[in-house]
Amino acid sequence: MTDDKDVLRDVWFGRIPTCFTLYQDEITEREAEPYYLLLPRVSYLTLVTDKVKKHFQKVMRQEDISEIWFEYEGTPLKWHYPIGLLFDLLASSSALPWNIIVHFKSFPEKDLLHCPSKDAIEAHFMSCVKEADALKHKSQVINEMQKKDHKQLWMGLQNDRFDQFWAINRKLMEYPAEENGFRYIPFRIYQTTTERPFIQKLFRPVAADGQLQTLGDLLREVCPSVMAPEDGERKNQVMIHGIEPMLETPLQWLSEHLSYPDNFLHISIIPQPTD
Amino acid sequence: MPASVLWAVDLFGRVYTLSTAGQYWELCKDTQLEFKRVSAATQCCWGIACDNQVYLYMCASDVSIRCREEAYENQRWNPMGGFCEKLLPSDRWPWSDVSGLQHRPLDGVALPSPYWEWESDWYVDENFGGEPTEKGGWTYAIDFPATYTRDKRWNSCVRRRKWIRYRRYKSRDAWAKIPSKDDLKDLPDPFNDLSVGGWEITEEPVGRLSVWAVSLQGKVWYREDVSHSNPEGSSWSLVDTPGEAVQISCGPHDLLWVTLWEGQALVREGINRNNPKGSSWSIVEPPGSENGIMHVSAGVSVVWAVTKDRKVWFRRGVNSHNPCGTSWIEMVGEMTMVNVGLNDQVWGIGSEERAVYFRQGVTPSELSGKTWKAIVAGRESDRSHSGSSSSLLSAGCFFGDEVKGGSESAPSDTDAAAEVERPRPEWSAPEEPLDNSRDPKDSAALGPETGGTAECASENLCPDAGAREAAQASVGSARPLPASAAAELPWTSIDLKEPRKIPSHSAAGFAETTSHSSLGLLPLGLDEPYGADDHPLWAWVSGGGCAVEAGSMLKWFTVQSGLSPSVQTLSLSISPAQTATWRKQIFQQLTERTKRELENFRHYEQAVEQSVWVKTGTLQWWCDWKPHKWVDVRVALEQFTGHDGARDSILFVYYIVHEEKKYFHVFLNEVTVLVPVLNEAKHSFALYTPERTRQRWPVRLAATTEQDMNDWLALLSLSCCESRKIHGRPSPQAVWSVTCKGDIFVSEPSPDLEAQDHLLPCDQMFWRQMGGHLRVVEANSRGVVWGIGYDHTAWVYTGGYGGGCVQGLASSTSNIYTQSDVKSVCIYENQRWNPVTGYTSRGLPTDRYMWSDASGLQECTKASTKPPSLQWTWVSDWYVDFSVPGGTDQEGWQYASDFPASYHGYKTMKDFVRRRCWARKCKLVTNGPWLEVAPIALGDVSIIPESPENPEGDGRGHNIALWAVSDKGDVLCRLGVSELNPVGSSWLHIGTDQPFASVSIGACYQVWAVARDGSAFYRGSVSPSQPAVSCPVTGDCWYHIPSPPKQRLMQVSVGQTSVYALDENGNLWYRGGVTPSYPQGSSWEHVSNNVRRVSVGPLDQVWVIANKVQGTHGLSRGTVCRRTGVQPREPKGQGWDYGIGGGWDHISVRANATRASRNVSQEQKAHGPVSC
Repeated sequence: MTDDKDVLRDVWFGRIPTCFTLYQDEITEREAEPYYLLLPRVSYLTLVTDKVKKHFQKVMRQEDISEIWFEYEGTPLKWHYPIGLLFDLLASSSALPWNIIVHFKSFPEKDLLHCPSKDAIEAHFMSCVKEADALKHKSQVINEMQKKDHKQLWMGLQNDRFDQFWAINRKLMEYPAEENGFRYIPFRIYQTTTERPFIQKLFRPVAADGQLQTLGDLLREVCPSVMAPEDGERKNQVMIHGIEPMLETPLQWLSEHLSYPDNFLHISIIPQPTD
Repeated sequence: MPASVLWAVDLFGRVYTLSTAGQYWELCKDTQLEFKRVSAATQCCWGIACDNQVYLYMCASDVSIRCREEAYENQRWNPMGGFCEKLLPSDRWPWSDVSGLQHRPLDGVALPSPYWEWESDWYVDENFGGEPTEKGGWTYAIDFPATYTRDKRWNSCVRRRKWIRYRRYKSRDAWAKIPSKDDLKDLPDPFNDLSVGGWEITEEPVGRLSVWAVSLQGKVWYREDVSHSNPEGSSWSLVDTPGEAVQISCGPHDLLWVTLWEGQALVREGINRNNPKGSSWSIVEPPGSENGIMHVSAGVSVVWAVTKDRKVWFRRGVNSHNPCGTSWIEMVGEMTMVNVGLNDQVWGIGSEERAVYFRQGVTPSELSGKTWKAIVAGRESDRSHSGSSSSLLSAGCFFGDEVKGGSESAPSDTDAAAEVERPRPEWSAPEEPLDNSRDPKDSAALGPETGGTAECASENLCPDAGAREAAQASVGSARPLPASAAAELPWTSIDLKEPRKIPSHSAAGFAETTSHSSLGLLPLGLDEPYGADDHPLWAWVSGGGCAVEAGSMLKWFTVQSGLSPSVQTLSLSISPAQTATWRKQIFQQLTERTKRELENFRHYEQAVEQSVWVKTGTLQWWCDWKPHKWVDVRVALEQFTGHDGARDSILFVYYIVHEEKKYFHVFLNEVTVLVPVLNEAKHSFALYTPERTRQRWPVRLAATTEQDMNDWLALLSLSCCESRKIHGRPSPQAVWSVTCKGDIFVSEPSPDLEAQDHLLPCDQMFWRQMGGHLRVVEANSRGVVWGIGYDHTAWVYTGGYGGGCVQGLASSTSNIYTQSDVKSVCIYENQRWNPVTGYTSRGLPTDRYMWSDASGLQECTKASTKPPSLQWTWVSDWYVDFSVPGGTDQEGWQYASDFPASYHGYKTMKDFVRRRCWARKCKLVTNGPWLEVAPIALGDVSIIPESPENPEGDGRGHNIALWAVSDKGDVLCRLGVSELNPVGSSWLHIGTDQPFASVSIGACYQVWAVARDGSAFYRGSVSPSQPAVSCPVTGDCWYHIPSPPKQRLMQVSVGQTSVYALDENGNLWYRGGVTPSYPQGSSWEHVSNNVRRVSVGPLDQVWVIANKVQGTHGLSRGTVCRRTGVQPREPKGQGWDYGIGGGWDHISVRANATRASRNVSQEQKAHGPVSC
């Protein structure tokens, strides 16, 4: 790999091998086989699991079917988090494939949002993109786009069309030549150890002295607990898209290359695996 | 933009330079002397030292300054001894100059100054009018003086031959005294001021300067004959002035202003290319009667001045036609001097604190700029001042008129007692135009701000030096300026051009006083000690060699700690940019992740099935049959993904003709090239398939905006590349080509492109575009690619791809840099003679337009002529082009008997029409995978083709031979070029007896070249280890090869063994009889006509750009063609295979050493006339 453009491709085409199993208490007419699928890391669970739904519905009675939801090791999976983020946060240290339990009953109302249709995913996705552009360009770029451009972003994600998506998304990744980066970096930091869903603050890619801010600078500023004490070794992994970028990596570069399609850097802080 | 330097002199007379790319003042390499004046040009700096002598500092350059001395040996035939040195008493000297009037023995020719050295001994010039004489250089005639011929005839009574010897200027990066021996009687008094300029008056090569000086007695002197080959000039000549001059300034073009003792300015009128000394003086009165002018500085179309009260003035309305300008405008700031440099940028030296200021915001539309900004660059090393007390005397003495009371400043300089680092405030514009009745608000505002300055002064104390404790105290005692004093500050800005935006600044701007304090805050009062610490006190600045363009990033104004990553990527190193550890680590981890998460699970089903994707839009399509116009069409691009993941796409174009809906489609895997066609009005592109290439009939589509076109181009080219599985940077074997619009295309050669049988037809080659703008591009199979722009700038390929209109995914993000190019647009002014009024712009009714293009067919007026496309903008005004072929008279006219005819540069009785060429420069800024190779501009370049069989040089560091011809005609060899360092390190100059035009190096280090006079040369014994010359004295010389009869050669290209040359009339010639023992060959053999560029590759494959190729639907100028049937035993080939065309200008196949069948190369080994 020689060029930064290739990073975009690798990020987009990241896949997680997943094994879907029906929850044991679900009532079936016959035994449900597990279902194996390669899930796109950058997409959303409810967007790419039509096949899973169909597969398990075949063995169930029509009256037992209500809204589908997923669970991993007891944790309901939020469909509005990108798949890669869910995996990094909850399952990155376990063996592949990722074992997800499929539920059709007892929707956990307090943990999950309902996902009545793909329109709900689209609305959520577009609102993230808009929020990100508000941070990056005071919404100027997204507002200058036409409706069809917005549609193309969404269709690109839905149909897993890298070119279609990036033909538009690259405009969201541009910044004025006289600046050294975006106004603020759209990021969210997730920790399994805290109650708070995620940390999101205003953070500029360039410091007042003109130096580019790094991933380490960001963490020191917004969640200092993550950083290792001077002497001790770090107790956490900082993970994006299943990799651990060095803390010296400039944040602006990360934002341009390792953001999810919703234009946010979703950063997982997970405990260092003990082995 | 290569770095250039600003020159300055400090109060001690030490000369420093500050690079536009740097942030430190560097002490001049030659520190022997103290100076009181410097005046810089791009390549040199003139100065007056403390000994009152004039010195010249030539900057080091890879191309030497060499000058040819000639002498003629004359002989007469007599019956006794044949030709001998005994001449008749009436004859010329046996050794003479060309006219025969001057006696010129070889040992009597002396070097003009100690700074010259002889390059070699005298030798006989064998070259006679482009033809070798082969008779010891003798030329024969009936008598002196007469017409000489090569051949001896029965009536040849006299003969002569030319001896030549080169001398070289050897003083580089050092001050060389300008000899003044013959001027002693005319120069009784020493010089007081000096200024160089005038390099834009003529088209002469860089080096011609107007050097003007003022003596202490107030006389003005001009240095004669300063040129590239004579950097020292020849003598001083006096120019009478109506008053006593004290200071002088010469602009880059035709402005010359002089300050008079009485305070007026003198302006020289009548300076032009024929008369660089001008003809008369005009007087310009100072802005006010009480304060005369103390200092002036002239640019191209501006003049700045300082009056005796240190106020700065801008002269409005100055240009070539009105060198005096119209009126004075007062500017903010108090300066001791100002200097206008390149691009009319301005520097000054503050009158109190002696800092160098740069005028920010000077643009062609706003020549007066916006604000003064102090340059805070430090000096490269904290030089000890211990030795400087000796120089102090001279400093005090020679800067007496500038240092107010030298005794006041000088002692404290050496004491270094109070070392206060001064704040370097930015002098921002005042809030609103102030008149003499000052706004009380301002003076009130100044008080508290002043206090703030004192604070920041103490904060800014330099912590490094040891003796700084005392400084704290002195800061404490430094009196803050009382508010009343501030109110008395003498600034009366009535600078109308200054921005007026900040009315709230003084009221609200306290928080930012450190960076935005205004001029009045500078502590006044001479009793304040001058700090002699690490902030130098400047006496003089010269920006004549310093190219700052609008928008360029200078690092002079902030003290920077470290390099930010963005700065690193901008550095000029061509080493792979992706070296940062974090980046490599991300690449590596992503690869590992893919392996981990995907390797064992490829049999899993994909969650999202790939489907057909359609992009639709509206474009315009050129309907090439009736009604022959652009019609609106709807287009749709449908992409499919096959089972193997490969993409395929179809472009549908829906149109309506005669109210009937129709469509046609193009399979993108059949598209061979997409060419942007930008003109004044349309953003269009042409799409070729092999069939359409044969027909010379592309699909032409246009978008409404440039952005829209770029989007479509990016998408279509990406689809084309995907369907052909082409991605990333081109391979080292790629074939490169350039269109007449400067667009760069590259094609991946398939192995059967050069196969013996089953050749891939040329029209099936797929070309994709690279960003950038070039005229020439040359490559070799190790991935070294060089280009030359229209402005002769040399560029090296960085390894990126995309850029320009190839944006988005088809472009790499790294290795893409800004690139600019400049070319001239020419129009002709045509006139006809009539007996009553002479030449007028009234022609015959049948005549061409009185303002036309070169052909006379199109009307082109100055007002109506636009830049070639919307990408180009004008960067100069119209000027007469004197450098047209055929020569011109003093006003640029060329004469002929009638239109159209051959033109000559003088009027004869038979001439009834005349024309002259007006040119205007335009500039394009784009980006692409190219970095500039400064500083030498090139005319041609050639990189050694390497054959795949070549066993040596497996190392990536192995040296690659690269030869070039500079735009001045010097032959150069680049040292240190390798796969890892394609830019190389430096140029080695190879002497020639005349300017060259083209050079080519073959796979076995055969170097061939063509001189500007059309003759060919072969350079002997070039080897890998010694790329240039083996022996410096006798040298391996150029062997003169006679041209084909009556033809002037233009270009040469050497492959493995084949040598091809091209003449001015489009004939392609093969050099026959080339053998290892006789590499010069024996004769030129005609191969083809209708050729305008040739490229011979490492397989001896021959590719050309043909002038006109007929297709079924049209004629195509500039077509890529391959010679077919080229075989070791038949190196001339048999016929042509036609490829892409319609405006192609250049091709290089010299990187393509891939051949399909193995036995072919073995056969070649066995039979080929390999001369290695």
